[in-house]
Formats: sequence, structure tokens, C-alpha cells
Amino acid sequence: MTDGTVLTNIWAAILAFAVFMYVVMDGFDLGIGILFPIFGVGRERDTAMNSIAPVWDGNETWLVLGGGGLLAAFPLAYSIVMSSLYAPLIAMLLALVFRGVAFEFRWRDPAHRLIWDFAFTAGSLVAAFTQGITLGALLQGIHVEGRAYAGGWWDWLTPFSVLTGVSVVAAYSLLGACWLNWKTDGETQKHARRLMRVWAPVTLACILAVSLATPFLGTQYFERWFTMPRVLFTAQVPLVIAILTWRFVRSLRRDYELAPFVITLSVFALSFVGLGISMYPYLIPNSVTLQMAASPASSQAFMLVGAGVMVPLILAYTAWSYWVFRGKVAHQGYH
Amino acid sequence: MFHDADALLLARIQFGFTVSFHFIFPAFSIGLASFLAVLEMLWLKTGKALYLDLFKYWLKIFAVAFAMGVVSGIVMAYQFGTNWAVFSDKAGPVIGPLMAYEVLTAFFLEAGFLGVMLFGMQKVGKRLHFFATLMVAVGTFISAFWILSVNSWMQTPTGYAVNADGQFVPAAGWAPIIFNPSFPFRLVHTVIAAYLTTALAVGAVGAWHLLKNSKQAHARKMFSMAMWMAALVAPVQILVGDLHGLNTLEHQPAKVMAMEGHYQSHPDGAPLILFGIPDDAGQRMEHAVEIPRLSSLILKHDLNAPLAGLDTIRPENRPPVKVVFWTFRVMVGLGFLMLALGASSLLARARGKVYDWRWLLRFALVMGPAGFVAVIAGWMTTEVGRQPFTVYGLLRTAESASPLAAPAVATSLIAFVIVYFAVFGMGTWYLLKLMSHAPHAHESDLQNAPAHAAGITPAPALAGGVSSRDPAHD
Repeated sequence: MTDGTVLTNIWAAILAFAVFMYVVMDGFDLGIGILFPIFGVGRERDTAMNSIAPVWDGNETWLVLGGGGLLAAFPLAYSIVMSSLYAPLIAMLLALVFRGVAFEFRWRDPAHRLIWDFAFTAGSLVAAFTQGITLGALLQGIHVEGRAYAGGWWDWLTPFSVLTGVSVVAAYSLLGACWLNWKTDGETQKHARRLMRVWAPVTLACILAVSLATPFLGTQYFERWFTMPRVLFTAQVPLVIAILTWRFVRSLRRDYELAPFVITLSVFALSFVGLGISMYPYLIPNSVTLQMAASPASSQAFMLVGAGVMVPLILAYTAWSYWVFRGKVAHQGYH
Repeated sequence: MFHDADALLLARIQFGFTVSFHFIFPAFSIGLASFLAVLEMLWLKTGKALYLDLFKYWLKIFAVAFAMGVVSGIVMAYQFGTNWAVFSDKAGPVIGPLMAYEVLTAFFLEAGFLGVMLFGMQKVGKRLHFFATLMVAVGTFISAFWILSVNSWMQTPTGYAVNADGQFVPAAGWAPIIFNPSFPFRLVHTVIAAYLTTALAVGAVGAWHLLKNSKQAHARKMFSMAMWMAALVAPVQILVGDLHGLNTLEHQPAKVMAMEGHYQSHPDGAPLILFGIPDDAGQRMEHAVEIPRLSSLILKHDLNAPLAGLDTIRPENRPPVKVVFWTFRVMVGLGFLMLALGASSLLARARGKVYDWRWLLRFALVMGPAGFVAVIAGWMTTEVGRQPFTVYGLLRTAESASPLAAPAVATSLIAFVIVYFAVFGMGTWYLLKLMSHAPHAHESDLQNAPAHAAGITPAPALAGGVSSRDPAHD
């Protein structure tokens, strides 16, 4: 590989990491938002909200790194993907507006708290669903001519993208419930456990459905999954999923607090690796490869210096912030 | 690829609308974060509870303003791609890394320490908490640094080459790109603007409460601090603005012609047009009220210096004069009013009645929103003034947009308008509500903050009687 290809692959890895961090960290925030109406007005909702109030903003920043990093490292892909997914992305941005302000507004306006709680849920739900749509639309392919999007305005809307949309909603809900199981106690925790029992099988079914559907979107996926050497990974997936499911059920039976969250994260990671197998070396399946979309080495190298220094620092102070707010949260906030 | 003129106009309106709304909040939070850091430092140094009360009072306001800044900012990070795909593809290799640096060095810093700043005082102790506040304040500044570098590069591009795909790429090194010719001026001018905006908002809140009770110690302190800021910084800002203007004259002369309303060239001394009705179609200024030769004096420091007008610019490269001409006058007019406010406060101080002179308090009160208006007006001056280009002189706005159809952009624009007015309208109302409560001793924490205040702040009590008093008060 030339220096340029190495750099490009490193940037693909960094962006994949950013997206994964976002999916995991804002995943439980959005999941809590989706589950919010199920929680009782007052103590339960306040507790759920307070468990993420100090960290949601940092969690959401990974989304900005994903977007900004894509612009910087793969400007061509950024411009094509963003304009091809116009409607769902605008919907996601507006949904995140409602979700984000609700954190503050619901405390500022007790008389209309239920309205902001609704905004919190609707925003979280739409954001999760459109993120899933984005994933599906990307996987099923984007019509590119020259250096621009050349498809129609509803190309993103297919049964497959709706399936991925629903899947992301389910997966975030499960992650949110697992987070609350870890961070709360008493009634809220019991409530979260009941929700985990509902959302875990739904999430599992969704993952299976997406996994089964993906290879049939196009022959290239089929080949990528079922030829050497990738088939070596593919073959392990059902086994690993089975083991993780068993561990999850066991951790639920034994009332473990952290384990279900960690196991769910492992499933997320596994799915993410699967996505990587489906996509690599393309950024937009079958039309734009990482190399084609890459910005010049001078741009990527300049950023790599910054990322090399800053990402470890960011991880350190983010970890510190989580550590400050460690332990169980009460309905009035962290003690 | 097609470029629909309606779609282009709608995309421009949408970008202008969302960026203007967004910019209001950082303009406030850059200044407020520094103000909070100063208040906390004074509290740590003097141990006076007054400073802690003021800190907590403004922290609640900061939390709301910051949240609105964050959510409206994410829209900007994606809108480059959704609506300006060609621009993103072409300029991405140059501006993308600068924006990535903004995320890596500023956004994470702010967000990472915000939680501790808002909710962590009891958990980490005073000194570490102060450190968190400081990091948030530094983060807001670093953010301004990078994004203004990006904007300045689009205004005065340097250090680039163009590759085979028509993309701008770094020519040699990043220093000429980051520190492009207009960047230092724009950075200083904008950051000072943020400080002034905050000072005027803080001053107005202080004035409002002093008008009701001129003995109120907390209101006195915030009013005094704000008026010092206005008195010291407003003249500096006017000076920096002048330097920024001279820099613009050098690099973007057409923008200055539009600001001045100079359709025609003036070979021997150009007049300063105070007011007039710009007529872009006829390329002339109607009903002009002007002072002969003053513009040449200001811009060239010579009464008789020749000044070129828009008649020297090819018609397809001329910016629309109307918006630039008027927004510039709004900004400058407000700047001089700020100077007058600062000067009046010094006069009142000299006479020992800075808290009792009701005309000063009223003046400060009506000037509360002046900073926001001036910031938006100045922003419009510089952004409309660089039209018809996104990358000045190199990439036309008409050639920058995504291949979107007009109905798609119209729909999203309507959605943005409705959501922004509803959400940020409510947010602004909440800010005003917070500001309308007088600051007082034993100021409460954020309501969703740690439960040490549980005895003082029974949650059910919040539901009633909130209209006239701070719901968390006692």
C-alpha cells in the first residue's frame, strides 16, 4: 500500500470509530428518549432524564465528528451521501433540535413539561429512525453519476430502509433500557428490566432480518460474506450471537446491572464489524470507494496529527466526566 | 446536473436563516462562558458569596442558551452536505480539516466539561469545577478560532491549489490557509462582538433589576461589570472594525463599494453616503445624504484619494448593494450607541450615581438586544457582501449548490422556519423569564442538579406559582 492508501484506511477506521461511539453513546440517550412515555410522570422520568443530562452533549458531539470528519477526509462521499438523503437527514436534524432542547426546557417550564417530554420522545424516535433509514439507504446503494447524486428524492425509502430504521429504533431502545438498569435503582430499574425483556428479542429479530436481507441486496454482498477469507468471520457470527444471547438471558435472570449493557454493546460492535465487511472498500456501495472519495494526503495527514493527539485526550476527559457521575442516579440528579 | 434558480435562492435563504439563528447563541455563550469563568474566579479569590450567586444565576441562563447553540450548530455541520454538495466536494479538502479541528479541539472540550460545569460542583470540589468552567470558556474561543478561519478562507482564499477533479487542495502547508489575510481581523472583531453582546445583555438585566430596586447588591455588581466592559471594549471594537474594513478594502473591494453605496467611481475624493436608497437595477443611489470626500478620508486617509466604484466591477460579479448597505449602517449605528452607553456609564461613575441615574439604566435596558442585532447585521454585511461567490472570486454560489429541486428545499425551509421560531422562540422566552427574576443571595442550582437542595426545592411545588418568582427560590 502507498502512504496515501494507508492514510485513507486509517481515516476510514477513525470515522468508523466516531460513528460507532456515536451509535453507542447517543444510542442509549435516544433509547431513553424513545422509552420515555412508558416511564411514569415525575420521579421515573426525572431519574431517566437525569441519568444522561450531564453526558448527552458530549455523546452527540461524535455525530458532529462523524459528519465533519467525513467532509474533511472524504469530501466527495460527504457531498453525495448528504444530498441523496436530503429528507431523512433534515428530519434527523430537526428531531435532534427537539430532543436537545428538551433536556433544558422541561425544567424551565413545569407547566408545559409534558409537551417537552413529548418533544423529547418524538425527537429521539425520529432521530433514531432516520439514522436507521440512512444506514439502509447507504447499504442498498446510491445512484451516482460523475461527482454527484443522480437519483430521485424518494430513493432512500424502500422496505429495506424501513427495516433498518425500525431496527435502529429497537436497538437504541434496548441499549437505553440496559443503561437505566445500570444507572438507576428501585422501581425505575425494575421497569427498565421489564423493557429489556421486550426489546432484546425484538432487537435480535431485527438484526437477523437485516443480516438475512443484506446479502440479497446485491451479489457483491453475497460474495463478500461467503467467500474466503471473510467467510471465516461470517461462519462465527451465528455462534457468537448465540453465546451473547445466552449470556444476556443469564445476566437478566441473575439481575446483573452492568452485564446486559456490556453484552448489548458487544452485539452492536459485532453488527458494526459486519457492516464494515459489507462495505469495505466502498464508502458508497458499488460506486464510490474510499480511495476515490479521499481528500489529498496533505489534508488527511494534517488532520491525523490533530486526531492522534486529541482523540486520546477526548477519551480521557470523557471517561473522567462519566466517572464523576458514576453510580446510581436519583430522581433529583446525581448525589 | 441542473441548477434551478428558485432552488438556489431557497437554499441560500435556508442557509442564511439557520446560520443567523445559530450565531445568536454562540455570540452569547462565548461571552457568557468567559463571564462565568471570571465570576467563579472572583468567588474563589475573594470567597464572597455574591459572586457565587451571580455565577449560579447566569449558569442557568447559560445552560439554556448553550443547548440551543448546540442543536442549531449540528444543523450547520450537515447542511454543507445536504444543500451545498458541490461546494463541499470542492472545498472539503481545505475547509474540512479546519472544521474537524474545531470538533476535536473545541466541541468535545466544551461538551466534555459542560456536565461537570452544570451539575458537578458538589462532586468535584471548587477548584476542579473552576477548571471545568475554564475549559468550557476556552472551548468556546477555540471554536470561534477554527470556524472563523474557515469563513475567512472562503472570503480571502490563500494557500490553495486546484487538482484535476477541480477540488481546492492545500498548496504547501496549512499556515497560509489557516492564517489567511482576513482571519486575524475577523477573529478579533467577532470575539469582541461576542463579549460586547454579552456585556450588553448582562447590563440590561442588571439595569432592569436596578430600575426596580437600585440597592440590590447582585444587580449592582453585574451592572457595574457590564458597564466597565462596554466602556472599555466598545471603542476598541470600533477601532478593530475600522481595521477590518481596511483589510476588506484591500482583499474584497467590491464588498466595501456595496457597504459605502458607491455605484460610481470617484476619481477625486469619494463622499461618505450616510443614507440613501440603493437602486441595484439602475446602479445608482437615490436620495443620498452625503458628506463630500469623507469616505476617501476614512478608507484612504486622504480627502482627495480616488475610490473605485461598482462600475469597475463586472456586472456578474457585483454583490447586491441594498442588504449590504443597510445592514452595515445598522451595525455601525449600534456600535456608536454602544460607545455612547459606555461613555455615559463613565460619566455617571465620575458623579457617583451609576446605579441611580435612571436614564442610564433605561439606556442600558434598551441596548440589551443591541449586540445581537449588530452581530447579525454585521454577519449579513460580510456574507452578502462577498456574493456572488462562496469561495471568493473562485467558486460561484450558483455553482456550489446541491442538485436539489425547489420543492424539496422549500419544504425543508418551511420546516426550519416553523421549528426554529417555535423552539428558539420558547427558549428565548425561558431566557427572559430567568432574567426577569432578580438575582439574590443563596441562588439555587440548576433544577435538575444534585439533590442537596432537595429540602429547599420540593419538586411538586414547582408546578404552581411559577409565573412571578423563581420557581426554585426558597
